[in-house]
Amino acid sequence: MKKYIFKRIITGIIVLLGVITITFIMARVIPSDPAAKWVGPKATPEQIAMAEKELGLDKPMPVQYANYIRDLLKGNLGRSLRTKQPITQELAAYIPATLEIVIFGFLLAVIIGIPLGIYSAKQKDKMLDHVSRFFSIGSVSLPAFWVALFLQLVFYKKLGLLPLGGRLSLETTIFYNVPDITGMLLLDSLITSNFMIFKDAFIHIILPGITIALYPIGLVARMTRSALLEVLNEDYIASIRSYGVSETKVLWKYALKNTLGPTATVLTLSLGYTLVNTFLIETIFSWPGLGNYVATAVTTLDYPAIIGVTIFSATCYVILNLIADLIIALDPRIRL
Amino acid sequence: MNYSVIKETIKPKIKVFKESIYLLRRNKLTAIALYLILAIVLIAILSPYIIPYPEHISDEANIQNKFMPPSGKHFFGTDELGRDIFSRVLYGTRVSISTGILAVGLAVLIGIPLGAIAGFRGGVIDEVIMRITDMFLSFPPLLLAIVLVSLLGPSLNNAIIAIAVSWWPWYTRLVRGQAISLKERKFIQAAQTIGTPDYKIILKHIIPNTISPVIVQASMDMGGVILTIASLSFLGLGAQPPTPEWGLMISISRKYFPDVWWYSIFPGLAIFVTVLAFNLLGDGVREILDPKTRKK
Repeated sequence: MKKYIFKRIITGIIVLLGVITITFIMARVIPSDPAAKWVGPKATPEQIAMAEKELGLDKPMPVQYANYIRDLLKGNLGRSLRTKQPITQELAAYIPATLEIVIFGFLLAVIIGIPLGIYSAKQKDKMLDHVSRFFSIGSVSLPAFWVALFLQLVFYKKLGLLPLGGRLSLETTIFYNVPDITGMLLLDSLITSNFMIFKDAFIHIILPGITIALYPIGLVARMTRSALLEVLNEDYIASIRSYGVSETKVLWKYALKNTLGPTATVLTLSLGYTLVNTFLIETIFSWPGLGNYVATAVTTLDYPAIIGVTIFSATCYVILNLIADLIIALDPRIRL
Repeated sequence: MNYSVIKETIKPKIKVFKESIYLLRRNKLTAIALYLILAIVLIAILSPYIIPYPEHISDEANIQNKFMPPSGKHFFGTDELGRDIFSRVLYGTRVSISTGILAVGLAVLIGIPLGAIAGFRGGVIDEVIMRITDMFLSFPPLLLAIVLVSLLGPSLNNAIIAIAVSWWPWYTRLVRGQAISLKERKFIQAAQTIGTPDYKIILKHIIPNTISPVIVQASMDMGGVILTIASLSFLGLGAQPPTPEWGLMISISRKYFPDVWWYSIFPGLAIFVTVLAFNLLGDGVREILDPKTRKK
């Protein structure tokens, strides 16, 4: 077991190195003349040469690669072409807002997805199962950016129930002292027991949260359903049933436990997708997070910023994959 | 070859086919998805001839008609240039289906040979190819596509390339697994015994025998790929105006949202229906092929 975990962490590091290598190739090989882009279109050849020296682009590739890794280890992602600010600092400012909706969506996926999967499995091939199956495939087929617009149309324009976007309403930002501890408003307002801000922040997170949660909800529901169906067919369940144990008890006490592994794995993996999906919807909800940062970087072709976000997201993704594998390894039935 | 031998090899195939048709009949949702896809493909092929306003595919403007709500004349209303959104959405089917096929096709073209070589040769070559595959798989596909297009420059062609680059590793994995099991089969060993060169075995025996699972996988991937194309276009990284691409249309429509709601809603509905049809089919096919569910 320990040996497996150790081995898995080592491969995780190797994969991460691979990711970094690919981003290096993308950052240094694909863009033509990064130094010229750095100084802008009106620069003289001398200025471009100076910039090349400053950015270390005049050195041979292997040296550049070594420097690149050294910088990354120091947490240095370079500077944005657009703002000329260190990307690491900019990311740190945008990450909490994104983390907030990702976590919110994750919780929704657990609260809705797992029960949906359980009921679907219990009612296999009945109406509810078909509806839930359709829903789970539907939710992974929906373009997130369209769902965002649709929800705004219904809940803001037609019903007037929820705000169009932003993290707080204007009044709250003017009349209240908004705390900033973790950068996640829901958490910060709870820590400082500021319930007016909590309520306002909660109202604002509902629409983006639901939008982002649809994908993992569908995935988790399907996984729970199929895992549960498989477990319910096992011999040990049949023998428990033969003792006359009630169906409810069989489900909750004996079957469900053994579906948690695959469900947890899917949940962890879907977090990576959720993170990337925020890139599509944050601008729609004027949510000041990573997605908004990416969207601006994309329209201004600010490639160091895009690569910075890529390294961050890919690192998260690799770590999540690692966690998912370790969750599987925790299953005592699996011998490693 | 003896005729009865041929008959025997064909027989199980017919049986599987018949069974699949039976399962398809029983599984209504999958059958509906299949009909839907046939309709979508038909629309994609025929769209230039059946849309009510073929001239509205370009950026020709009829400003006096702009932002007309849905009506009998314009089923989905009109956009900021007074163009018929219904015509543009129907034509968008052609754009999405063709780019989807190109992107998946390209990914398959990269994935198959690499997987076949890795699986058949094994050893160091296998190690190297599979580790590279792992590296690419450690990016969320949409993210990799976003970075690549923003570096290559935004255009539909670059979006196709970027999607292929982020999708090929799945096919490599699939084909490699097939190739490894094929390698142990008698006919491959026989070919090796009579001294057939490796490249010939890979081209003539390994690859043709991996095609059908690849086609199944590719059809299941179409939904995700079409969604990715729409997402890239929505970010401004895919199709460029005046191409009637669904994601791009929604992206432009945001300027006029929510007052001109029909401009955003109908193209999105088209994406949803198309992707859903492919995903439902993929799900059904998986169920039909899965021996566990097949028995019951």
